[in-house]
Amino acid sequence: MSWFNNWTWPTRLRDKGIIGMNRRNIRYIGRYNKRRLYPLVDDKLKTKLLAQQYGITTPELIGTVTTQFGVKHIGAMLTGHAGFVIKPAKGSGGKGILVIEKVEDNAFIKPSGVKLTLTDVERHVSNILSGLYSLGGSPDVAVIETLINFDESLMDYTYEGVPDIRVIVFKGYPVMAMMRLSTAASDGKANLHQGAVGVGLNIATGAALRAVQFDRPCFSHPDTGHDLASLVVPQWETLLNLAAGCYEMTGLGYLGTDMVLDRQHGPMLLELNARPGLAIQMTNGEGLRRRLDLIERQPDGVPAKERVAFAQHHFARQSELVESPDTSSASA
Amino acid sequence: MSRLMFYIIVGFLLVAGIATSVHRHVQFEIPWLPGEQRQVWEIEAGITFNAQGGPVQVDLALPSHQAGYRVLTENTASSGFGLAYQADELGRTAQWTIREAAGSQTLYYSVQMLVSQDARSPIQTPPEMSPATPWESPYDTAASQLIEQAWARSANNATFARELIQDVNGERQGENARLLLSQENPAALVVRLLNQAGVSAREVSGLLLEDGRRRQTLSSWIQVFDETGEEWSIFHPLTGAQGKPDNLLLWETGGRAVLEVQGGTNSRVTFSMMTHDQPASAAVRNHYSEDTLLNFSIHSLPLEEQALFQTILLIPIGALMVVFLRVLVGVKTSGTFMPVLIALAFIQTTLPTGLIGFLLIVAVGLVIRNYLSYLNLLLVARVSAVIITVIAIISIFTVLAYRMGLSAGLTITFFPMIILAWTIERMSILWEEEGPKQVLIQGGGSLITAILAYLAMNNPWVRHITFNFLGVQLILMALILLLGNYTGYRLLELRRFKPITDDEKPS
Repeated sequence: MSWFNNWTWPTRLRDKGIIGMNRRNIRYIGRYNKRRLYPLVDDKLKTKLLAQQYGITTPELIGTVTTQFGVKHIGAMLTGHAGFVIKPAKGSGGKGILVIEKVEDNAFIKPSGVKLTLTDVERHVSNILSGLYSLGGSPDVAVIETLINFDESLMDYTYEGVPDIRVIVFKGYPVMAMMRLSTAASDGKANLHQGAVGVGLNIATGAALRAVQFDRPCFSHPDTGHDLASLVVPQWETLLNLAAGCYEMTGLGYLGTDMVLDRQHGPMLLELNARPGLAIQMTNGEGLRRRLDLIERQPDGVPAKERVAFAQHHFARQSELVESPDTSSASA
Repeated sequence: MSRLMFYIIVGFLLVAGIATSVHRHVQFEIPWLPGEQRQVWEIEAGITFNAQGGPVQVDLALPSHQAGYRVLTENTASSGFGLAYQADELGRTAQWTIREAAGSQTLYYSVQMLVSQDARSPIQTPPEMSPATPWESPYDTAASQLIEQAWARSANNATFARELIQDVNGERQGENARLLLSQENPAALVVRLLNQAGVSAREVSGLLLEDGRRRQTLSSWIQVFDETGEEWSIFHPLTGAQGKPDNLLLWETGGRAVLEVQGGTNSRVTFSMMTHDQPASAAVRNHYSEDTLLNFSIHSLPLEEQALFQTILLIPIGALMVVFLRVLVGVKTSGTFMPVLIALAFIQTTLPTGLIGFLLIVAVGLVIRNYLSYLNLLLVARVSAVIITVIAIISIFTVLAYRMGLSAGLTITFFPMIILAWTIERMSILWEEEGPKQVLIQGGGSLITAILAYLAMNNPWVRHITFNFLGVQLILMALILLLGNYTGYRLLELRRFKPITDDEKPS
């Protein structure tokens, strides 16, 4: 009986407007994302250069390594930079990303405190070039960018990793957003299926709606213990405009934008995803279907600002975290 | 618009697939089920004669498709003779020829006849009446009296024939009949009288099939053309009983001689026969059929290629299973079609051996691959090393199994080694990146998919259907196209998204 309780009926999911994998693939990705545009988002270096053209803020590029020969010069490239991130241009799911928080006495220190030597860093770059982390194992390019100093107001909501904000942009309209907070369980990574907390965000204000860890509701950060109800993303409208602008930049109709908040530069585009996952529905406690249907009925060619205003007006919601008393979290 | 086109294509594939399958079922009587046994008669005709030292020509009438029986295969044994099969509207014949032959000669002809309820004789046309040879006096009066009496007592061709046969043979045999019988044998007499009365009739030769009988001869039967039913009905030449006994095989229906020998004496033909049941699939394989486009079938290939195709034609079934499990259920597999290849290996090894072998190879491979990752190799080199490792593991297990007397272990070599190497590589990366839980989920998913694909592909009915009905491939294609268009939820998503629906309850 308890096993049966873990299942629901398709009709109930449909009532909730939940979108399944098959529908996402055929109806949205297949219809709105042209195959030839994929390289723009699958290659982080291309995305970055394109974003610079379109005036979309991204973390500053320190340099790229394209040949095994170039690996030896990486030490020179890194001097003078306190913290940096090395990532494969064609990596997926956060694989192969090396974060160095600070450099002390030729030792490269990761956020977890582990010290690496220059040789370790060089080997990591070499692995990236040989395609260890890229899709299909094809040869890759290593991208080195400055470390993001994420906004202090969000410091209490995360454990070790940088919290990032995922906004689903459909035909240029931001339709749903969530924040991913890394936890001890997720090993400092912002991957939901590894145990990061996903917080659904109100498109109108950037305030938290609902939070889940391992698909089950939660009300405070499991490691820092901080109440999630008070979470509000600062500079929300700027962030939405940035996300909405990615539609013009890539031409992809169904897009997942990953953003971060930098202390000095404000919202920044980290990367784009042409096949964004469906977990965002879990964090929002709502299906994407109705919002996407509404957007499909809107005319094309609306400027980004109006699209954001439209989304903020129509997709505003009440927080579930404020309403519900703590007693209902007994199951968590 | 493109949707419409899509459904038209799917509809076309479905209709074409079903139509060709039904056509094959109806036309070639390939049963839908594999287990059906069909009765097959093996009949051998032995021709003996004394050759006179000169050129010899032997003509033997051959049986054709007919109501109740179907010709499967035929063979001849006749050393030194030239052989030609001939067919015309009167029937088929085999003609043996030789330039010079002396002494006692024996020729053999054997045929396999499939007993089949649905078999029909070829199109039946009313024969042209041959001009009746006039009787000499006093036979002409006797003949016309016989005809008149029988005609008066009958209503149509069939009853007329029956009355005539009874007048000639039965207790009613009168003086007229006895007089005429001095000129002709009973069957020929009846046919001659029928023809004289303007009724199409002929004498045919048939063989009464009885299991294990040898040295049988053909018996005479009378066929009368039924003017209303537009078909030949058959009568026993002595009793006048109408209808063909089930075990009567018509050997010659053209009204010609069964055996004609030129350049030989003392010729005779005898028949021996036996029956056995064989699976329909085997009967189908032997099917005697003409080469037409619609008869396009793999069974026209040599046996070796047929066996190969038997496996190849199963792959779409495995693919359908994978599509089904991924699209409708949402099972995660490592490598999209790897499970199909594993399932193919299972078919060779049988399931328990295959499972143990697969788990052993992958487990040992993962341990060794784990060491290889310390060596920091480039990808291609690493996978190559894994391939060699897999081969080594397979060799060792095979030798071990052989030493321990487990002959089943020898089949482990059927596993696709390169696919296994990639599986190990992928699982190893998965382990490092996502942890052992994901390895279990994806590995388990692959294994479940492989087992289900194996069960589907190894099912005797599925094997029979895919091998004998090529149209099924079109149906599979249509199904896969339809599944590729499915936008509903996957089964496992009903579990994944369950927490969202929970919130609804309190409010």
